[in-house]
Amino acid sequence: MSTSRLPEAVPVASGGAEVARRVRRRVQLTPYLLLLPSTIFLLVFFAYPMVQSFGLAFRGDGGWTLKYFATMVHDVAFAPALRTTIVLILILLPVQFTLALAMALVVQARLRGSGLLLYIYSIPLGISELAAGIVWFAIFTDRGYLNTLLTQLGVLSKPFVFLSYQNTGWLLGAIVLAEVWRATAIVMVILVAGLQSIPHEFLEAADVFGATLWDKTWRVILPLLRPSLQVALVLRTILALQVFAVAMAVAGQGATLLAAEAYRWYNAYRNPNVAAAYASLIMLLSIASTALYLWGLRTPEEQAL
Amino acid sequence: MKSKAAVVARLGRAATYALAALFALWVITPIYLIGVAAFSERAAVYQFPKPLIPAPFSVETMLFFLRSHGVLQATQASVTVALLTLALTMIIGAPAGYALARYAFRGRDSFRILIVSTRGFPIVILSIPLAVSFMRWGLYDSPYSLALMHTALALPFTILVTSSVFASVPRDLEEAAMTLGCNPVQAFLRVALPLALPGLAAATLFTFVLSWNEVFAAVILTVRNRTLPALVLTVLNESPLPYRFAGGFFMLLPSLVFMLFIRRYLLNLWGRVVK
Repeated sequence: MSTSRLPEAVPVASGGAEVARRVRRRVQLTPYLLLLPSTIFLLVFFAYPMVQSFGLAFRGDGGWTLKYFATMVHDVAFAPALRTTIVLILILLPVQFTLALAMALVVQARLRGSGLLLYIYSIPLGISELAAGIVWFAIFTDRGYLNTLLTQLGVLSKPFVFLSYQNTGWLLGAIVLAEVWRATAIVMVILVAGLQSIPHEFLEAADVFGATLWDKTWRVILPLLRPSLQVALVLRTILALQVFAVAMAVAGQGATLLAAEAYRWYNAYRNPNVAAAYASLIMLLSIASTALYLWGLRTPEEQAL
Repeated sequence: MKSKAAVVARLGRAATYALAALFALWVITPIYLIGVAAFSERAAVYQFPKPLIPAPFSVETMLFFLRSHGVLQATQASVTVALLTLALTMIIGAPAGYALARYAFRGRDSFRILIVSTRGFPIVILSIPLAVSFMRWGLYDSPYSLALMHTALALPFTILVTSSVFASVPRDLEEAAMTLGCNPVQAFLRVALPLALPGLAAATLFTFVLSWNEVFAAVILTVRNRTLPALVLTVLNESPLPYRFAGGFFMLLPSLVFMLFIRRYLLNLWGRVVK
């Protein structure tokens, strides 16, 4: 059967180069047509508003102005919002990354039921900031679950008011816990994906040389996880800079964050310009932190091979 | 000597299982507790010390929330916005994902990098100027404008996910279909699409959850047509405890179900995205 078809195939093969060139020219346009809708959409609803946001924040009275930026900086809530946002990120990220790495290593430890573990660990990935805030409010509120536990264990004789204006430490602590609970999943998933791309041979080689678990983690796993860690750090920092519903659900008016102030200036004070100034500040902090991570976690030349 | 090593290994194994269970408890316990609060009687919500099981089990608190002013309407708005968003992201994003997966062309890498870098983009910075624009265009406070905003947020993600889904469908199969007389469109519709369908479904579910959860843009871009998170957020500090607890549970419900369907694709999706 194959021999009988051979003669027919010959002319096609001889004209193959010509056909291929024609096909390539026709195909060349197709990908751009396929990309066109998303490019246009992102220009209109992504690039344009971004430029416009800086315009809202820095233009007024027919020229450039720092008026709105000054209003923002001199507002009473500005310093606490900036401070809380930065402290939140500084506490949150180390806790979150340690926990996420431990969870990822457990998922990768080839336990029985590791598929179920991965499902359970990744549930918070789909939980919103607001819902997570409410969940932790239920735990920390004065008649909540934490007080129930502590009084029944005899640690406290009567409920302690954790979420009070005077207890800024507990307010921040509850927000941090809620965020650790909710947003560690995304880091964990990125790290599990990163771990799976590490060749088994590397870890087996480490075993052959008698490396302890500690050595393996610090000298093999973490260096090879660097790209995943970088992605996760960039993503988590940018997302943490935008957190606001958690704080509103847990702490009410007791704690404020940069994004919460942007919301307040837009909704309560009806001032999109100062709100845009806050948004621009968040944007600048996002860019600065991304640059910092890209620079700080760059792969050194000698390890790049 | 050898048996000592075996004992150590076994202990290590047991410790790993214990740690795994501990992490699972850390994730599940808060969900369980809010579930208990949501399915207790309204009186029990104010009770102290709090019962740790919903006894008696009651839907009173949940019904109180669902029958509260505006909740059903807001749920409807949330679902409408989420469905519009997933339709828009698929229609606009899937072709781009297909192009990234199937064609080698000039500018492919730059486009990919651009998309990757827009993924974690601040919602805050887009919402405020878009609110101003939508007011000017007469689109403010409508499910359509919010869906456009959510599409902008979800689109980079959809493009990357669909591209990894299409990349996992062997190109050979499409080529085989074409040698058997299909044109490229038919080959795509009859061969690539059915094979990609489960992955695409996972991607749309993720978009749905993203939109269902999103609160900042929702609360900025809507006034009377609030979505559920936007409604709950604006009334949160004046609302009674049963409303908050039932609302919190109701809002996190989809994630429990959706994660069940998405979980097989979770690693593929993020593994690809990381690369």
